[in-house]
Amino acid sequence: MLKDITLGQFFPGDTFLHRLDPRIKLVCVVLYIVALFNANSPLTYGIMFLALAVAVILSGVPLRSLTRGLKAVYIIVLFTAVMNLFFTPGTAVGATWLGRHITAEGIRAAVAMVLRIVMLITGTFLLTYTTSPISLTDALESLLRPLKKLRFPVHELAMMMSIALRFIPTLIEETDKIISAQKARGADFESGSLLRRARALVPILVPLFISAFRRADELATAMECRCYHGGQGRTALHVLRCRAVDWAVLFLCALLPAAVITLKTLGL
Amino acid sequence: MNPILEIQQLTHTYSAGTPFQRTAVEGVDLSVMPGECVGIIGHTGSGKSTLIQHFNGLLKPTSGHVLVDGRDIWAKGSDIRAVRFRVGLVFQYPEYQLFEETVAQDIAFGPKNMGLAADEVARRVRDASAVVGLDESLLSQSPFALSGGQKRRAAIAGVMAMEPDVLVLDEPSAGLDPRGRQEMMAMLGRYRQQRGATVILVSHSMEEIAANVDRVIVMNQSKVFMDGAPREVFSHVAELEAVGLDVPQSARIAALLRDRGLAVGEDVYTVAALARRLLALKGGGGVC
Ligand SMILES: Nc1ncnc2c1ncn2[C@@H]1O[C@H](COP(=O)(O)OP(=O)(O)OP(=O)(O)O)[C@@H](O)[C@H]1O
Ligand SMILES: [Mg+2]
Repeated sequence: MLKDITLGQFFPGDTFLHRLDPRIKLVCVVLYIVALFNANSPLTYGIMFLALAVAVILSGVPLRSLTRGLKAVYIIVLFTAVMNLFFTPGTAVGATWLGRHITAEGIRAAVAMVLRIVMLITGTFLLTYTTSPISLTDALESLLRPLKKLRFPVHELAMMMSIALRFIPTLIEETDKIISAQKARGADFESGSLLRRARALVPILVPLFISAFRRADELATAMECRCYHGGQGRTALHVLRCRAVDWAVLFLCALLPAAVITLKTLGL
Repeated sequence: MNPILEIQQLTHTYSAGTPFQRTAVEGVDLSVMPGECVGIIGHTGSGKSTLIQHFNGLLKPTSGHVLVDGRDIWAKGSDIRAVRFRVGLVFQYPEYQLFEETVAQDIAFGPKNMGLAADEVARRVRDASAVVGLDESLLSQSPFALSGGQKRRAAIAGVMAMEPDVLVLDEPSAGLDPRGRQEMMAMLGRYRQQRGATVILVSHSMEEIAANVDRVIVMNQSKVFMDGAPREVFSHVAELEAVGLDVPQSARIAALLRDRGLAVGEDVYTVAALARRLLALKGGGGVC
């Protein structure tokens, strides 16, 4: 079922990572990514791996969920690995394919790229696994607040994002239901030419769009009934506050790119 | 006679293997005879909708078997689409699935998927809309121009037009007014009579179940809690209330009168039967 896609799913919990300020988590992920893209040696990759392992342990994510999340992207990983193996210029060492050889540099590049992608996805997965979509948009709104001075519609953007995030599961559920209902009437989505299959989507898309518009309409009415009028003077129910631990975590995360870049310039 | 539909040790778990895993149906055994009219009741989340989506193979059992006409629908070489034409399923709020340009075209969607000839499709559209009481003049209109009640009729006609021998409906009268509910039940009765079909309906209304079905299945926490004739099921007032279900008001009044020593039998669970019984007890006479 569509619903069982776990990539980027929040799981409620009460671990150290769950309690961390979402803004700090967001900034830390950015710092982590910067560090990751600067890592270029066994030592630096080792440091990154260590940092990630600590975060995984702190988040309490079962390894099974983690591997399931990675399963969704294994084709991309595989593709990158193959591309790097064969298309990195250098000294040939192995099999030939389409007139290209596996090169020693290719093997190095492939390993590095696969590590990088897997660690990148695991890192961001941890963020969405431990942070609810609502806190994530709250964090984004709070971090982007300075842009308000430039007349950038920060609040509106955040509101649109949280509405979109809120309705993705609902629409997925709805799609599942409509597909089932049309299947019950003998609709066939799996056979026939491409054109036929595209036409077979009409019985799903029409009801889906109608329901999405109906929901949007109802939501707008509900918001107006509660006197929503944009971000002017609006306060938050859960005010984000950074505690000492949050700052400490931020400091430690900031050390990560600093260390990696220093090691890189030292050529280690 | 052999059962037309048989469920053996059916268990269904949603999102198995994830943190959101949930068993919605557990160890259910059922068998339904041709021509029966079965009502399924149960608390919200007791697994009714999950159960009925197994009847036509929309959901695949996590374990257990579903047999239609004695054949396992998930056996190798079984044609699951053919099963869906034999067991018609109407979802809750079916009006949200309309999509065609005209009502007639929408009703024709099912029969067309069966690969029937154009004149047979046209006949079925006419027959089905007659059963649900949709006026001929509405057939050429857009389904989105209909009223809520008419939309629901059109959607149900869309399943009836496949002329399934088993018609399964998930809360067909949800959100209708009392008159609409009555008409809905009359519609189902007409279909059943005309085709000798089996009807299985999920409902939250005890009164509706009491007045219309000849067998009640009570679901509680993913399992079948009771299964029997209405008079039998509704005589267990205390047990039903213990799992958070109402009994029909008339059955409760009958039970209270029975407790006080009045000769009101356990077969009295509809308003009509109760009125008749009370009048008889008062010593004949017409309605006051
Ligand atoms: N698609 C789904 N994915 C995951 N869980 C589901 C899904 N559909 C239902 N469930 C869960 O399975 C359980 C049974 O749901 P089901 O819809 O079968 O109940 P129901 O008896 O029809 O309830 P209601 O009377 O509210 O319609 C519920 O706890 C529900 O949360
Ligand atoms: Mg239901």
